[in-house]
Amino acid sequence: MSEQHAHDVAFVRTEFVPESPPPGVASGPVKWMRENLFASPANSVLTLLSIYAIYLILSPTLPWILNGVWTASSLSECREILNGTSGACFAVLTERWPQLLYGFKYPADEYWRPTLAFVLLFIAAAPVLFFDLPRKLLIFTGLYPFLAFWLIWGGTILTPLLALAGCVVGGLVYQRLVASNFAAGFFGGIVAALVVWTLGGVLIPEGASDNALLPAVPSRDLGGFMLNMMLGVTCVSLSLPIGIALALGRQSSMPLIKWICVVFIEFIRGVPLITLLFVASVMLSYFFPPESTVDLFLRVVIMITMFSSAYIAEVIRGGLAALPRGQYEAADSLGLDYAQAMRLIILPQALKISIPGIVNVAVGLFKDTTLVSVISMFDLVGMIRGPILASTEWNGVYWELLGFAAALFFVVCYGISQYSQWLERRLATDHR
Amino acid sequence: MTTLSDPPTQQFRLSMLVYDTRYRSLTFQALAALLLALSIFYLGSNLISNLRAAGLNISFEFLGAPAGYDINQTLVEYDSQSSHARAAVVGVLNTLVVAVLACVTATIFGVLAGVLRLSNNWLVSKLMAFYVEIFRNIPVLIWIIIIFTIMTAVLPAPSAFRGAEPDASMVMGSFAFTNRGIYTPAPVWGPGSMVVVLTFVASIVAIIAYRKYTTKLLYDTGRLLPVFWPSIALFFLPTILMFFIMGKPVTLDVPELKGFNFQGGIKVGGPLIALWFALSIYTGAFIAENVRAGIQAVSKGQTEAAAALGLRSGRIMSLVILPQALRVIIPPLISQYLNITKNSSLAIAVGYADITATLGGITLNQTGRAIECVLLLMLFYLTISLCISAFMNVYNNAIKLKER
Repeated sequence: MSEQHAHDVAFVRTEFVPESPPPGVASGPVKWMRENLFASPANSVLTLLSIYAIYLILSPTLPWILNGVWTASSLSECREILNGTSGACFAVLTERWPQLLYGFKYPADEYWRPTLAFVLLFIAAAPVLFFDLPRKLLIFTGLYPFLAFWLIWGGTILTPLLALAGCVVGGLVYQRLVASNFAAGFFGGIVAALVVWTLGGVLIPEGASDNALLPAVPSRDLGGFMLNMMLGVTCVSLSLPIGIALALGRQSSMPLIKWICVVFIEFIRGVPLITLLFVASVMLSYFFPPESTVDLFLRVVIMITMFSSAYIAEVIRGGLAALPRGQYEAADSLGLDYAQAMRLIILPQALKISIPGIVNVAVGLFKDTTLVSVISMFDLVGMIRGPILASTEWNGVYWELLGFAAALFFVVCYGISQYSQWLERRLATDHR
Repeated sequence: MTTLSDPPTQQFRLSMLVYDTRYRSLTFQALAALLLALSIFYLGSNLISNLRAAGLNISFEFLGAPAGYDINQTLVEYDSQSSHARAAVVGVLNTLVVAVLACVTATIFGVLAGVLRLSNNWLVSKLMAFYVEIFRNIPVLIWIIIIFTIMTAVLPAPSAFRGAEPDASMVMGSFAFTNRGIYTPAPVWGPGSMVVVLTFVASIVAIIAYRKYTTKLLYDTGRLLPVFWPSIALFFLPTILMFFIMGKPVTLDVPELKGFNFQGGIKVGGPLIALWFALSIYTGAFIAENVRAGIQAVSKGQTEAAAALGLRSGRIMSLVILPQALRVIIPPLISQYLNITKNSSLAIAVGYADITATLGGITLNQTGRAIECVLLLMLFYLTISLCISAFMNVYNNAIKLKER
């Protein structure tokens, strides 16, 4: 048949045409640009506009950054070195580096202590953040708060040791009693810890901090980015358990407990953080016993913790509500009581759902720690606006300092949000 | 026939308060009530004894006393002899002004960035992703300070506008950007301007009526009248015609450099601009993410189904995609508005006289009435946020999917 066909038509190709590469406009970078940058006239206009915008931003800033001066002792000296050319004066960062990080009152000989605490924070946080690490590391995580307290504030080691002892005793009592009844274990543990703390408080001698291994540093001497980190880490970790309790309370079937939680959460969420910081700075001390002296740092920690626990409670409530009703019923039908059902069935799932929300709250809270500069605490922003910009040497160095603060916060917050996205993918158990 | 006997009635015993789940909740609530009462009593007694020790009391009489400080940006009449209450009212109005302005612009920025981030154009979508990440991850306080610094340290002083060869010039001859604020032309309402305004209102009403009529006509008869161009014409033509018929009653008062400063026009102070702009771009980044999530939440099948029905792409957007996307976008959008209102309290960092800066700042420091001032401040913000959440509940109920 092919023979006959060959006679009928004028030309029959008997071999394959060799494959030729696609034309230049339909392959490689040209194709990519045609599809992604110049797909239509409107698209081309947008591309050109974007390139122009990038040019507008980069043309002044890039030479300014690249031409930066890193060593000078004052702005005038910096300007002399630059000699009229455009350039940043990053010397302020190198010269005031310790002030930006630790505040202007923290004793210079002791800078290694917060630095060490900061490095250890990563080791302590690692087993919480990455599940693949050996579980034994959690012991260090448990010890870390006391160690960090001792490193940063110094003074007698007896105080953190006593706090640790109270927690250990409380934990032991809890483990003893929880087998029979969760409530008994929980409250028994708290009571045991309180007993240890009061007894130990009497035992610590008055002048124990005078000749301590690490000299004591009062809270008002803390400052700089260290203060932001401390407030952020402390308040987020404290507000997690409180937030869980508030969320469970809001779901409770007991009307009184439910209403206490609702009023607390809605009140805190309805007012800005600044007003709560005002409460901390001017109002809260009226509510403590007259002879007690609760320093500003602790008062701010109390108020920020209340603030973030209300937000975390709402996130966890969302997680609880997202669980199918069947999970609650299944836990009931297994004969678990409320505490067991929550601990073993409900909360592990609800917390997993709420992780992205909790991380959002944590990032937001970390950014909000800059607000303490409004109540004249010298955190990073407070240091920049206060002592550094007011000094005669560096009066007028706005962009380098503000850019540094912005970059520092960006790195931390962007890092946390990237971690949360990784965790979400990691924890995804549904089949897609 | 069997008789059902009542289950044996149990006598109530005290131990049931602990061991019987029916009564245990009563025990817990009684405990909670006791703890609550105890802590309120403890805090209250501390408060009373502290106040007594400091020789203070709780009274709101200071609100009537003269404030004694000046506010540079006020909407209502105010001078330093006005009362603290009046200063607080000025602060409330200033808070509302900056919140409303920032809500409007943040929505515009957010919707633009959110839609552009979904663009096919690689460069544009990357640029918008960059914008969103940069602004979401840096504290709003730093943004406010940065923009305030631009306003005060970069913009020229009014004196730079003087002379034959000035260093700075007014934009379009009527807007002056100075380090004391931005001066814009102000409209002057002459006699007969009321008629122009009424004409404008009437033409808006006419546009709405015309659109309703075309929809009704479409549903009744299937005839489709043009909507867009007639609406545009109705919007502009009658008002402009009336403007010239009445002999140009509305004129512009252009700011002019007189002495050391600009006179005339409207002055928008640097702190207001800084706060307004910073809140807008910061919250705009969050709104952009909400908008993107909302549009992506509408499944692609919806677009394809609408296209299969023969709808044009504009109508697919307005009739199919947007109504479904808005259902997802609007609730978080409203809570972003709430955030803007609360974040506007950062005005105190740049010296904009909002309620936090007047009542919570200067009044508090001058009178020393910390408790009263902070309570009033919280009450104000609580009222605002409760109003917004009430509105949100109404809205959510209205758009809830009507399921059979």
